[in-house]
Amino acid sequence: MKLNKQLLPLLSLLAFLAIWQGSAIYINNHTLPTPTAVALVFWQACVSGQLPFHLGVTLLRLLVSFSIAMLLGSAIGIVLGRHKKLDAFFDNWLVIFLNVPALVTIILCYVWFGLIESAAILAVVINKLPSVIVTIREGARSLDQDLLDMARCFGFSQRKTLIHVIWPQLHPFVMAATRSGLALIWKIILVVELLGRSNGMGYQLHLFFQMFDVASILAYTLAFVGVIQLIELIILKPLDRKALRWRR
Amino acid sequence: MSDIQINIINKTYPAIEQAGSHTAIADLNLSLKSGEFICLVGPSGCGKTTLLNIIADLDNDYQGSIGLSQQSSRPKIGYIFQNPRLLPWRTVRENIELVLEDPLSVNIIDSLLEVMQLTPSQHVYPERLSLGMSRRVSITRAFAVDPDLLLMDEPFVSLDAPTARQVRALLLSLWQQRPHTVLFVTHDLREAIALADRIIFLSASPMSVISEIIVPIPRAERHDETAIETFRQQLINDYPAIKQLL
Repeated sequence: MKLNKQLLPLLSLLAFLAIWQGSAIYINNHTLPTPTAVALVFWQACVSGQLPFHLGVTLLRLLVSFSIAMLLGSAIGIVLGRHKKLDAFFDNWLVIFLNVPALVTIILCYVWFGLIESAAILAVVINKLPSVIVTIREGARSLDQDLLDMARCFGFSQRKTLIHVIWPQLHPFVMAATRSGLALIWKIILVVELLGRSNGMGYQLHLFFQMFDVASILAYTLAFVGVIQLIELIILKPLDRKALRWRR
Repeated sequence: MSDIQINIINKTYPAIEQAGSHTAIADLNLSLKSGEFICLVGPSGCGKTTLLNIIADLDNDYQGSIGLSQQSSRPKIGYIFQNPRLLPWRTVRENIELVLEDPLSVNIIDSLLEVMQLTPSQHVYPERLSLGMSRRVSITRAFAVDPDLLLMDEPFVSLDAPTARQVRALLLSLWQQRPHTVLFVTHDLREAIALADRIIFLSASPMSVISEIIVPIPRAERHDETAIETFRQQLINDYPAIKQLL
């Protein structure tokens, strides 16, 4: 029997839930709640307003830190990719920042600037920035010199060159940095919230951990994963389709 | 438009690793009259593209000067590259609009697209065009800027003969409507005779001018392949050095 390709992901999800449900019933312990128990906790947390509030706080932090890291990282990446001497000068800095553990940056930011919102955002940005720079720098290094020469020859302004010649070539690199960035940043934000904030998903997860409330931990996690999937479906994929419509 | 003076004393590429330095151009003087169609003919690798890049201000690392005889500013240049260099993420029309200072010059674009028979393809992306069509877009783009000087670097290379003939005819039709000074690089002496007012023969590198010939065939008779071939044979007989360049 031929299975419809569109049904396969749904079947796969149902199989996952069935395995989870079966394992939870077999183990019969509160450390592995059933999917239905998690769904019930999720619903109650939504109705009480707790989950939307903490999810909203974390998403706001994600939006701010992600935007700063992407904008700053793209600008620095383009400059380093196009200027060999600057790149040679800052290359070691990048390697250092890429290899400093996220936890160290977070602790240092809180120690130096206090347990404040801007320190939390700064810690996330510092963690994400080097990887954005490295990705965009690779894109800027591989720009088509023929097209840049064409733009120069026909007197394109810097702005026109950036928008119409450079940016479309960087698109795949920006999307790679965006996707890997979202996955990385939200994990870092949780640690930042766990260590030094009094709200957000990280703070809540820490509370649930102290109470061994695994059902709530899973409910909050699923909510966050769902939001990230929605961002992929509603924002990133349509952006990809629009930017790559010229391809055969 | 003013005449254009090209005076390149020296252009040398620096040594890179195993390869030593290489002098591409030495003591090259050219004077281009306004509205003149000039073909540059020279052996492969003699530095013709380097010369065009210098004129287009894409290469500043040389000794010499390029300028209009009656003004100090650089001439406005349209460049038709060997490969069309179209932005793949912009449609045919957008590629032309982008080079214009006033993107609303709708009439200019429409008339150029019509002359080059590109109107039906104006909203198509370059990846869907044949090479011949891409070259036509590249020619249209260069004409759209209304240049003082039009540089063409073997624009019909790798086109099959009928397509090359068709695009050549379109180029001439456009040039006769909007006469610009044209510097056209080619290997093909027949093509040079069919297009040029004047042919300049260049030596192998370091490149310099060997001789200049004014094509005496009236433009109305340039479609006659026999007349072109007869003149080509006459050139080769009169100037045996030319044969080594082809």
